Amino acid sequence: MEEIISSVFDFLTPQAIGVIISMIKIVIVLIGLILTVVFLVYFERKVLAYMHSRIGPNRVGPFGLLQSIADTLKLLLKEIIIPAKSDKFLFLLAPILLLVPALAAWAVVPLNPHFIIADIDAGLLYLLALTSFGVYGVILAGWASNSKYAFLGSMRAAAQMVAYEIAMGFALVGVLMAGGSLKLGVIVEAQSGGIFNWFWIPLFPLFIVYFISGIAETNRHPFDLSEGEAEIVAGFHVEYSGMGFAIFFLAEYINMALISILTSIMFLGGWESIFSGFTLFESTYLDFLTQPSIFWLLLKTLFFLFVFVWLRASFPRYRYDQLMTLGWKVLIPITIIWIGVECVMFVLEIGPWSLS
Amino acid sequence: MSLLRVIKKITLIDFIKGFAVTLKAFFRKKVTIQYPEVKTPLSPRFRGKLALMKYDNGEERCIACKLCSAVCPAQAITIESEERDDGSRRATKFEIDAFKCIYCGFCEESCPVDSIVETNIFEYHMTANHQRIQTKEMLLATGDKYRQQTIDDKAKDSEYK
Repeated sequence: MEEIISSVFDFLTPQAIGVIISMIKIVIVLIGLILTVVFLVYFERKVLAYMHSRIGPNRVGPFGLLQSIADTLKLLLKEIIIPAKSDKFLFLLAPILLLVPALAAWAVVPLNPHFIIADIDAGLLYLLALTSFGVYGVILAGWASNSKYAFLGSMRAAAQMVAYEIAMGFALVGVLMAGGSLKLGVIVEAQSGGIFNWFWIPLFPLFIVYFISGIAETNRHPFDLSEGEAEIVAGFHVEYSGMGFAIFFLAEYINMALISILTSIMFLGGWESIFSGFTLFESTYLDFLTQPSIFWLLLKTLFFLFVFVWLRASFPRYRYDQLMTLGWKVLIPITIIWIGVECVMFVLEIGPWSLS
Repeated sequence: MSLLRVIKKITLIDFIKGFAVTLKAFFRKKVTIQYPEVKTPLSPRFRGKLALMKYDNGEERCIACKLCSAVCPAQAITIESEERDDGSRRATKFEIDAFKCIYCGFCEESCPVDSIVETNIFEYHMTANHQRIQTKEMLLATGDKYRQQTIDDKAKDSEYK
């Protein structure tokens, strides 16, 4: 692709060609993400329905596939109401502040060994920074609404994100030690060579902790105290209508997809095949199953998205003190202990990595 | 916290159990009935839209005794009567306010000549406020339209009365 673009635009400088290539990649990722969200909304409703012994949306289009498009059209046509005593500037800024970090984080996520928008050296740090940046959108939305419920929701979200950010950071330290790099592409390469080389075995506690804190970071069930429809209506986005609400929705689902794809990349070998290393398929037409491809990455991501929905169908919401206990007294100690264990494994050279 | 409880929490046993329950439900047969195309079976005792019945020779059954009007808890029935030319008493006005009616079936129970009945029709609607008044002609027309269905239903239910 890059050769074609450079030959078409050969009158431009290499920097300008680089910008054009990046722009094309950004458009591909953006369209892909929007389609993913459209699919995810349908997927969530369908899976939830199946777990309730219902059949879910099936009226709009074949199997109800166009349901989320119809919902989006409805939201587009609705009036955007700005509360009279709200801070109008912040009220309109807050959804954007939530959406932009959610989208920007995808810049460093590699979809295969070659496709990545910005292959920066501090990819993991960049991700950590941007995923926690989303809380500003939530806090500002609650504060600018000038509503008690919205404010309570954003206060809860702030405390929760601070608590789970730490456990998440420590889990990433473990991945960093094992992978030996902050680049996500290098972390995947370090896991090559079959399902038993993936980090989920040596870093199993960190894998679980990362996914749990990821769920808490995206404010999903069972950690959605900031929405808590039973006690504070809809939490921080109670005053938003129409597209303002739709943007919160979009950001939530993009974050879900981000956490899922990051968990697959960091713990389940990214685009590595689950059959790689098996000699069974060698020199048969099934050999393509053992090759790394984006298909495997998407499959693993879909599995984690399913777990997100599965969790929502299965468990009630945590109480606020239980949430804090889990974050501070369970997840953080587990990660610290496991980083110690990992250090010992390093020194004794146990595990798939080596000191070199 | 006892050691057992710590182990139970660390291994997330309860979570795995919960996941198993919902996963089982995921593959279970779905119970949704897709309403306009598929309908649930109705009991012969189902109490739906009210109707007035006729004898086999076409003579209306109602003798304007006003028992239904008296027993109606919602006072939805209005009856006025006069002597007809052949000397029998008949209703000149028999109106049911469909908004007041609570479909309790007391009128049907009280009727000495089995005139007022409840059909199994529940899918009907009004598009203007004045349509809530069901006149005698409308009630008789409903009775004619669903005559056979209603007679069959009442016959099925009669052995339990």
